[in-house]
Amino acid sequence: MTTLVYDGTFEGLLTCVFEIYERKLLHVKIQKGEWLSKALFEEVIQVITDEKRAGRVLQGLQEKLSAGGMQRLYAAHLAGMDDEDIMLIGYIRYVFDSKKNVEEDYGNKYVLRLAEIIRMVRREKHRMEAFIRFQKLQDGIFYAAIEPDFNVLPLVGKHFKNRYADQKWIIYDMRRNYGLYYDLHHIEYITLDFATSRPDNVISSYTEDEGLYQNLWKNYFKSVNIPARKNTKLHMRHVPKRYWKFLTEKI
Amino acid sequence: MIEERIIEKLNILADAAKYDVSCSSSGSKRKNENKGLGNASNGICHTYTEDGRCVSLLKILLTNHCIFDCAYCVSRSSNDIKRAAFTVQEVVDITINFYRRNYIEGLFLSSGIFKDADFTMERLVRVAKKLRTEHKFNGYIHLKSIPGASDELMREAGLYADRLSVNLEIPTEAGLKLLAPEKNRKDMIQPMGFLKNEIILRKEEKALFKKAPIFAPAGQSTQMIVGATPETDVQVLQTANHFYKNFNLKRVYYSGYVPVLSDKRLPALHTSVPMVRENRLYQADWLMRFYGFKVNEIVNDTNPHLDLDIDPKLSWSLRNLEVFPIDINKADLQLILRVPGIGLQSAHKIVSARQFGKLNWDQLKKIGVALNRAKYFITCNSSRFERRDLTATNIKQFILSQSHSKFLKNATTQLNLF
Repeated sequence: MTTLVYDGTFEGLLTCVFEIYERKLLHVKIQKGEWLSKALFEEVIQVITDEKRAGRVLQGLQEKLSAGGMQRLYAAHLAGMDDEDIMLIGYIRYVFDSKKNVEEDYGNKYVLRLAEIIRMVRREKHRMEAFIRFQKLQDGIFYAAIEPDFNVLPLVGKHFKNRYADQKWIIYDMRRNYGLYYDLHHIEYITLDFATSRPDNVISSYTEDEGLYQNLWKNYFKSVNIPARKNTKLHMRHVPKRYWKFLTEKI
Repeated sequence: MIEERIIEKLNILADAAKYDVSCSSSGSKRKNENKGLGNASNGICHTYTEDGRCVSLLKILLTNHCIFDCAYCVSRSSNDIKRAAFTVQEVVDITINFYRRNYIEGLFLSSGIFKDADFTMERLVRVAKKLRTEHKFNGYIHLKSIPGASDELMREAGLYADRLSVNLEIPTEAGLKLLAPEKNRKDMIQPMGFLKNEIILRKEEKALFKKAPIFAPAGQSTQMIVGATPETDVQVLQTANHFYKNFNLKRVYYSGYVPVLSDKRLPALHTSVPMVRENRLYQADWLMRFYGFKVNEIVNDTNPHLDLDIDPKLSWSLRNLEVFPIDINKADLQLILRVPGIGLQSAHKIVSARQFGKLNWDQLKKIGVALNRAKYFITCNSSRFERRDLTATNIKQFILSQSHSKFLKNATTQLNLF
């Protein structure tokens, strides 16, 4: 068993694949970040991300996978799920070891797992498109804070840019501490310093009518409920509790 | 003061609109091409009510004043309730501000009939027109087509709205006569026919001239109340089928009757909502639209009602055991779709995956097949399969004993009027 430690980037992961083939490794473990464990008798390789090597692996993958298949692989890695890198490595190896395109070979455990990861990522992305609640600030910017389970912020930018083309907005991932800012033309990645201000909690910075519309929305949410059909289980399944703290109607 | 009044109005007019179950905001392809506000392309449920229904649109009545006195409707003229009416501008402001905060996908605007059909329809159209032209709003708009409104207004409505709908309300003409004697089924069907032809016409035009305006791109839908009148499921589903086939409807919604009014023609006030029946009707509807089932395979004169304890596909399979077992590695997609416990996604995955090698139980399970139901109806790449010669009753008992019905807790006997 050999452990490969890499920097967590997609290029880094592809460099790991290169190492595996070059050193003809059979059983590997993959770990992100620094190597901390002091266990004896373990073989550890610190993989330094190498653009050339990553590029060769990428090119090889592009020959074997469709454009959509490449995107899914990239999105699955971007999501940053714990302990899934080894499945992604397994998937890539299976792709290289097969003669034909195996994207739809759902009988294979790696292909199936990738499909599952993508389903989870898509669901989280879709939930963000649904559950993001903007609040209008005095400078006219619409601000929303989120804490998605997976790193899906880069995937939702396009949706919000198309939809809110005529308003400035910020969507901020509190957990991963970065956000998207749309200035009516482009989307930029930003980080905010919350030591001096907490924009998710500064009521004084809202526009005057923000309170009115939040109030109207909360009232609307109550009014459309039909008590005779109460079904808490179904409600909780659709809107899990961890999302409530950012939902205007549930606060 | 103004703020309180507008909150009160919203409460009244949202409360009155909530029995309309349609909430879909998909099926349109309106893009944000003018750098305006919004698009209508992908159907998003922004939140869910405590009864578990999706909230996608701002669903309100323009007013709950109404000249009609339909027994099943909370807004009927003889009901002693608070009445309110929005101005066109108020609806526009709330829609825009809700939309900008990502609360909603768009507007679902219905109305009680005040004065007459044209007067009412004209107001609805004015809201849509203002949103589209003055505010460059490209979000989803669903308008009710008011029965009896002029063709000219309907045509205008189609130019601004994504979807139009007329509610049939009661599945049969006789039922409608009983509960809404002032209403006429012909008046309801007439605008549906008009819109159907108009939609076809405009589509052809659009194919020829790219610049031609889009017309009600998300089509038409309708709603039927079930459980208010004594129709059987055959009657309900045949009506639905008729409208899918002849009027190109995108959706038929089934709304389990919620007893809100005391009337001797209606189920008593304490009767529970027929939620299980409603769910079974939707399952049957899906079988007709996506699984290739014909309506008389699901219900017919010998089986006029859907089983409440098992889903309609399992029900069909048990009546047609001679079709099974089928070999999952060989059967056509159409046949795989008929196996209980296999949904659309699993069926397609099976057909893709088996090109790479024969599938066994373990793989089928991982793909997402509900084996506790499917195992009685299929064979796969395994020597283990159901060898006993089980009867339909046996299979049903086995399956029921292993499953925890989501309805067991609130299962109630169905309404029996006569």
